[in-house]
Amino acid sequence: MNGPVLSRRGFLGGGALVVGFTLFPGRLLAQAPQEGDGGTPPGMPKALNSNPLLESWIRIDADGGITVFTGKAELGQGIRTALLQVAAEELAVDPMAITLVTADTGRTPNESYTAGSQSMQESGTAILHASARVAAILRDLAAKSFGVPADNLKLAQGAVAAPDGRSLGYGELVAGGELEGVRAQAGTVLKDPASYSVIGRDLPRVDIPAKVTGGAAYVQDMRLSNMVHARVVRPPSYGAGIREVDTAVAERMPGVVGTFRDGNYLAVVAEREWQAINAMRVLAQAVKWDEHETLPDQGTLFRDIQTLQSDERVIQDRRDDPAAVGGAVHRLDAEFHRGFQIHGSIGPSCAIGLFRDGAMTVWSHGQGMFPLRSAIAEMLRMDEAQVHCIHTEGSGCYGHNGADDAGADAALIARAFPGRPVRVQWMREDEHCWEPFGSAMVSKARGGVDAQGRIVDYQYEVWSAPHSTRPGGAGALMPAWHLAEPFKPDPPKPIPQPAGGGDRNAIPLYAIPNVRIVHRYIPDMPVRTSALRGLGAFMNVFALESFMDEMAAAADTDPVDFRLRHLEDPRARDVVTMAAEKFGWSSARLPAGHGKGFGFGRYKNYAAYCAVAVEVAVERETGAARLVRAVAAIDSGQAVNPDGIRNQTEGGIVQSSSWTLMEQVTFDRTRITSRDWSAYPILRFDHIPDSVEVHVIDRPGKPYLGTGEAAQGPTAGAIANAIADAAGVRLHELPLTRRRIKAAVGV
Amino acid sequence: MITLSVNGRDHQVDADPATPLLYVLRDDLEMNAAKFGCGLGQCGSCMVLVDGAPVVSCVTPIVVLEGRAIRTVEGLGTVDDPGPVQRAFMEEQAAQCGYCIPGFMISAQALLERTPSPSDAEIRDALKPNLCRCGTHMRIMKAVRRAAGFMQTADAGATTSNGEDRR
Repeated sequence: MNGPVLSRRGFLGGGALVVGFTLFPGRLLAQAPQEGDGGTPPGMPKALNSNPLLESWIRIDADGGITVFTGKAELGQGIRTALLQVAAEELAVDPMAITLVTADTGRTPNESYTAGSQSMQESGTAILHASARVAAILRDLAAKSFGVPADNLKLAQGAVAAPDGRSLGYGELVAGGELEGVRAQAGTVLKDPASYSVIGRDLPRVDIPAKVTGGAAYVQDMRLSNMVHARVVRPPSYGAGIREVDTAVAERMPGVVGTFRDGNYLAVVAEREWQAINAMRVLAQAVKWDEHETLPDQGTLFRDIQTLQSDERVIQDRRDDPAAVGGAVHRLDAEFHRGFQIHGSIGPSCAIGLFRDGAMTVWSHGQGMFPLRSAIAEMLRMDEAQVHCIHTEGSGCYGHNGADDAGADAALIARAFPGRPVRVQWMREDEHCWEPFGSAMVSKARGGVDAQGRIVDYQYEVWSAPHSTRPGGAGALMPAWHLAEPFKPDPPKPIPQPAGGGDRNAIPLYAIPNVRIVHRYIPDMPVRTSALRGLGAFMNVFALESFMDEMAAAADTDPVDFRLRHLEDPRARDVVTMAAEKFGWSSARLPAGHGKGFGFGRYKNYAAYCAVAVEVAVERETGAARLVRAVAAIDSGQAVNPDGIRNQTEGGIVQSSSWTLMEQVTFDRTRITSRDWSAYPILRFDHIPDSVEVHVIDRPGKPYLGTGEAAQGPTAGAIANAIADAAGVRLHELPLTRRRIKAAVGV
Repeated sequence: MITLSVNGRDHQVDADPATPLLYVLRDDLEMNAAKFGCGLGQCGSCMVLVDGAPVVSCVTPIVVLEGRAIRTVEGLGTVDDPGPVQRAFMEEQAAQCGYCIPGFMISAQALLERTPSPSDAEIRDALKPNLCRCGTHMRIMKAVRRAAGFMQTADAGATTSNGEDRR
C-alpha cells in the first residue's frame, strides 16, 4: 500500500483502495452519481449502495471462473453485452471469460425493473465500481503474497502478475474466501477511460449467434421434462363475465389434461401445444359471456379525454422575465393528439410455471422479476419466499407488455397442475387486445415569439392516463382481475418529475424566460395503459418539436438555427449541430415532393441527448408519406458499446416512424377491434427508409445516460416537420396517416 | 404417422395431420428457429422453406408436406459453421431481440437461391411478408446484401442448397 506509482495507476486499473481515494478525486467523480440520492453517499452508485456486498455482483470461483450478477434483464437491447464489457474492463479479463447472470430472485441483486433506459446508469455503474473494487482487492492480495508493492503488479487475463514473472490466478487469490462479506466502498478508484481496452469497443452482441442458428434463446424455447401446454380463454372484452360454460366438451378432447376455471378466468391444459390451442378454441365456443359497453367513443376520444376527471399538477411555472411577454409579435397555439398504441411484440408473451413441494417457480420475460414475485405471491396468497422468478429472454417488449400477465397465467395454472411445468403462450389477439397500451394523450401548446425571433413565453398542458401500472401488487396482473375473488389494480400514481410519466419531457430544454407546464393526470382511463417506450416523451417531444417549427416559421428562421438560438447546454448543441451537418441540412437539395424535418430531445431532460434530421417523401395525390432518410446524433455519455447504441437508436427511429405514420388501436364501445396485424398494421419492408445513419458522440468518463428510448420523440417531431415542409400542411394528430395527410392537402 | 423431410433428414411424426408444421418442428422435433408470432400467417416469424419457397409454417398443416423438402434455419448452418445468410446476419449485427430474425433469414435464403444478385427493390419485396418490431430493418437489408456477396464467393463454403443437414 506504500509508494504507489502514480503514473501507472490508471493503466493498471484498480489501485490501492484507500490511497487512491484521496489521490484521485477527479476520477471518482467520473462514473458515479455525485449527490447523495436517497441516502446514497457521494461516489457510491445507488444500486451498489442498495446491494453493497461485492459477492452479490461478482463471484470468483477457486478455479478462476468469474460470474457477474445483474438485476437487469436482456430485453433485446443488448444490455448483456454492454454489462460484460463493463465488468471485463475493470477486472482485466476477456468479456467471454465471464458468465453473466441476469435478473433472478434467487440469485441476483434486486434492481427492480429493467426500464427507463436506466440499465447502464444503474447496473452498469454498480458493476463498474464493484469490479474495480474486486480488482483492487485481487491486487492487494497478490501484493501481500508476493511481498511487492501493489502498484508494481499487473492484472491481465484473470491473473495478477509481478514484474519478476510470478503470477497468481484470481481463483487462487480468493480461494480462502477473501471476497466473502466484503462490502463496496464509496470512492473506489476506477480506470482512467483513456486506458480502456474493452469499454468503447464494438464488441459483437453475445446473444446473436444462438439467435441466428436456432439455439435456445428465449423462454419460448424452454422445454422442461414432463411439460404441458396451456392456453387461456380470455374474455372478449374488458369487464366481460362468464354467463355459462360447459368445460366438459374441451376436457374430452385428445391430449387435454384438464381445464382450469376460477371465476371468469378460464384455461385449458394439454400434453401438446396444438392440442391446447384446439381445446382453447372449442372452449371459447362453449362459453357464453356477458359483455358491457365500457370503452369510450373513439370518435370523440380526444374531446372526452379533456372532460375525464384529472388531477392538475403544475410541474413548472417560471416567470424569469414577465416583461418580455409583451414583446411577442407572433402568438401561436396548437392542439396535439395521440391515439392508443401497442407494444406489439412479435413473439406473444410466454411463461412457464412449476408448482412443486409448495413452491412456485416462474420463468418470465417480464421487466421486473422482484416486483413480479411480489405480485404473484399476493395473487396466490403465498409467502414471497416460496416464489422464485427467473428472467428468461422473450421477444422485445418496449415496455410493460403482456409479459408479467403471462407469468401470472403460468403461476395460476401451474398451481392447479402441481409437479408439471406449465408453458403458457399468448395468442396474437391476447397480446393485441389485453396488453397495456401506450396512453392516448391530448396536449395544448401556446407560445409567443418576439421581433428578434426569440421565444418569450411557452405554455403547455397535457392530458394523459397513467404510463406506469406495473406489478408490485397482484392487481397489476390482468389475469388476477378475472378470478372469483378478483384483485383490483392499485390506484395508479403519477411518476414524479423530473422523470415524469405523461408529462415526461413536457418541460422544454430550450431557454425560454417564461414557462408554464401543466400535467392533467387521468387516473381512471377505461382502457388499460402502461409504459410504452418513451412514455409521455414520445407525444410531448412530438408536440414540442412540431411547435418549435411552427414558431420558427413565424419568426422566418431556419428550424435548426431556431433551436440552437434557444439551446444553452453545449451537449445539446453538439447533437443538434452534428445531426444537421451529417444530414447536410443547409445544403440539402431535395426532389419535388420531399421535405426535411428536424427533431431534438434530451430524454427525461437528464438522460441521453438525441437529434434527428429526416427526409420524408409525400405523395400529394394519395397522402402516402415515407421516411426516406434519417440522420441522428446521440450522446449517451461514456459509450460502452457504440454499435449497441447505434443499433438501439436505428431501431428507435424506425419503430418511431411506424408509430408516427401508421399506428393506432381501434375499438368500439365494447371491444378492442385491432386484434391482429391486419387491423393494426405496422411498418413493412416496402416502406422502410433508404438509409438510417446514427452518429455516436462519445463522452469518455462521463456518466452513462442510457439509450433505448431517446430517439422516439425526436423522430416523431422530425417526421411531422418534414411532412409540413414537403406538403405545406401541418398535422397535429398522431398517427400521421395517409388519409389524414390527404385530407389536409385537400387534393 | 407422417414422414417429414426436414433439413435432409426424414422424421416419422405421430401427430394429427391437421397440425400446423410449426408445432411439429418446435414441440416434436425440438427445433427453435421457427417461432410462433401470430398463428395467422401475417408476420413471418414461423417461416421455413418448402421445396425452396418460403412458407408460413403456423398455418401449413403437415398433411400437405409429405414428400416435400422442408428446410429451417437450423439447416442453414451452425454456430461453429454458419451458412452465408447466418454469417451475414452476425457480421451486420442484424438483430435486437432477434425473435423475428429466423423468419427473415428464410425469406432471404429463398430470395438468394432464386435471385443471386437482387436489387434493393427485390430484397424489400422478398422481405415484405416478415415483420420486425425492434426496427432492425436497415441492418436486415445490409445483411441480405452481404449474404448475396457471400453466396457468390467460394470462401463462404457450401450454401447447403442441397438441403443437407449441417448440424
